[in-house]
Amino acid sequence: MKKSTLFDIISPVMAGPSSSHTAGAVRLGLLARNIYKSVPKKVVFKLYNSYAHTGKGHGTDKGLLAGILGLSVSDRRIKDIFNNDISKNIEYKFEYFDNFRRHPNAVDIELYGDYNMKISGDSVGAGEILITKINDFNVALSGNYNTLIIVYKDKPGMISSVTSQLQGANINIASLNCDRSAKGQDASMIICIDGNLKDEIVESIEKTDDIYFVTYVKKLEN
Amino acid sequence: MDINISTFEQLHNVCISANKMIYEIAQEVMATSQDISVDEVRVFANKSLFAMKEAINSGLNSCEPSFSGMCGTDCNKLQKRFEKEGSMFGSLFEKIVEYALATCEENIRMGTIVACPTAGSCGILPAALIGVSRQYNYSETEQLNALITAGEIGRIISIKVALAGAVAGCQAECGTASAMAAAAVCQLRGGSVKQILNASALALKNLLGLTCDPVAGLVEVPCVKRNPFLAVHSITAVELALSGVESKIPFDEVVDSMAQTGALMSPMLKESSQAGLATTKTGLKIKAQVFGG
Repeated sequence: MKKSTLFDIISPVMAGPSSSHTAGAVRLGLLARNIYKSVPKKVVFKLYNSYAHTGKGHGTDKGLLAGILGLSVSDRRIKDIFNNDISKNIEYKFEYFDNFRRHPNAVDIELYGDYNMKISGDSVGAGEILITKINDFNVALSGNYNTLIIVYKDKPGMISSVTSQLQGANINIASLNCDRSAKGQDASMIICIDGNLKDEIVESIEKTDDIYFVTYVKKLEN
Repeated sequence: MDINISTFEQLHNVCISANKMIYEIAQEVMATSQDISVDEVRVFANKSLFAMKEAINSGLNSCEPSFSGMCGTDCNKLQKRFEKEGSMFGSLFEKIVEYALATCEENIRMGTIVACPTAGSCGILPAALIGVSRQYNYSETEQLNALITAGEIGRIISIKVALAGAVAGCQAECGTASAMAAAAVCQLRGGSVKQILNASALALKNLLGLTCDPVAGLVEVPCVKRNPFLAVHSITAVELALSGVESKIPFDEVVDSMAQTGALMSPMLKESSQAGLATTKTGLKIKAQVFGG
């Protein structure tokens, strides 16, 4: 985990009662919203283990929905989100599971709307989170950086064709992780960057040969 | 100031050689590392300070119970009695215990609080800092100096020990919060750098070994009532330090000891609710009532 700063110790301002079970839940919802990039018509939340067992007492369910609706961790509407008008136009459901293979505070978020997406994540402590899966791809998104997610064909030169476009835009890469399903098959690249990426760079990367899918996920504000 | 301070000894030496207080060094280091101005650091701290006061105000005016029904009505009981007969220790004591309870009760009813350092320990620092400031009319500038001092104490502790009950027990959450509160109050009362560090070390030293065994896995029992206890505890540390009492074990070694104690502590007593108060006959009964068998 990253080293704490002075700011981390005297913040966040958050709706209680738990950084992992409440603030972490809001942040998981918010990051899922940033990844989905649209307002879903229906969301199914599958909560696992500790999230399933003590989630109700910590408002984990409220936090997850509030995040999907774009509320920040300190928003006073979280507490009564189920009765607030902003949750009236979205259909939502919570399901609870035990699964020892999953993290103690794990959730699957299934989003249905103009398109469908399944996003999995863990609340790893002190409000820090990790999105671990988007559809069938393993990822590791903390929400602490603006991040580019790319799915491409596994072949020589793909990484440099992407990074050279970032270099051309004077963008510094904070971290870069690649993974592939098998040699020559689908591969994924996750690039955390400093600063912000302009839409035209994302579009130009999208047009690169053998790149199937690109999405740019904005970092969380708190 | 471009310097990486990672121990209390180092912090002490930097303060002495620059002839500055802890908050001055802390805000300058933070500004440099984040590429922002000292003013921006203080604006950030001021948002937290404001939110702490809001949480106290909301908490003092509510008796709404938590989801479990275990907590939420105690602050009101204290307010009522203190209005009638007052505390043996006087009005400062009344403020501190009321503010700590108000903040923690606000937390468990999903109100907005400041995690400082964590949500479960959110009442300790605000109660001591704001209680003492209101008692002695300390200015907002002085309150910010105290809050930044407290933040720097927590930051340096967190380098060696993750501030999470699941990692090192409650000593890492409420223990750290009480050490931060002692530093904040000692700064307010005009303590020297050495006295501030001693106050903080004394507060932490006296809480080593504190386990995290919450009933039903909720941040309620014993967490809520532990906050007023440890806010008052920090004042004892300040009074000792301001009188020239020192921690015989240097602060950095106290933190080392907390890290070791946390590592040796059974996982059953680290936020897993598998032992301690959580598995008492009554603790288990409450769990069954709240979440079903």
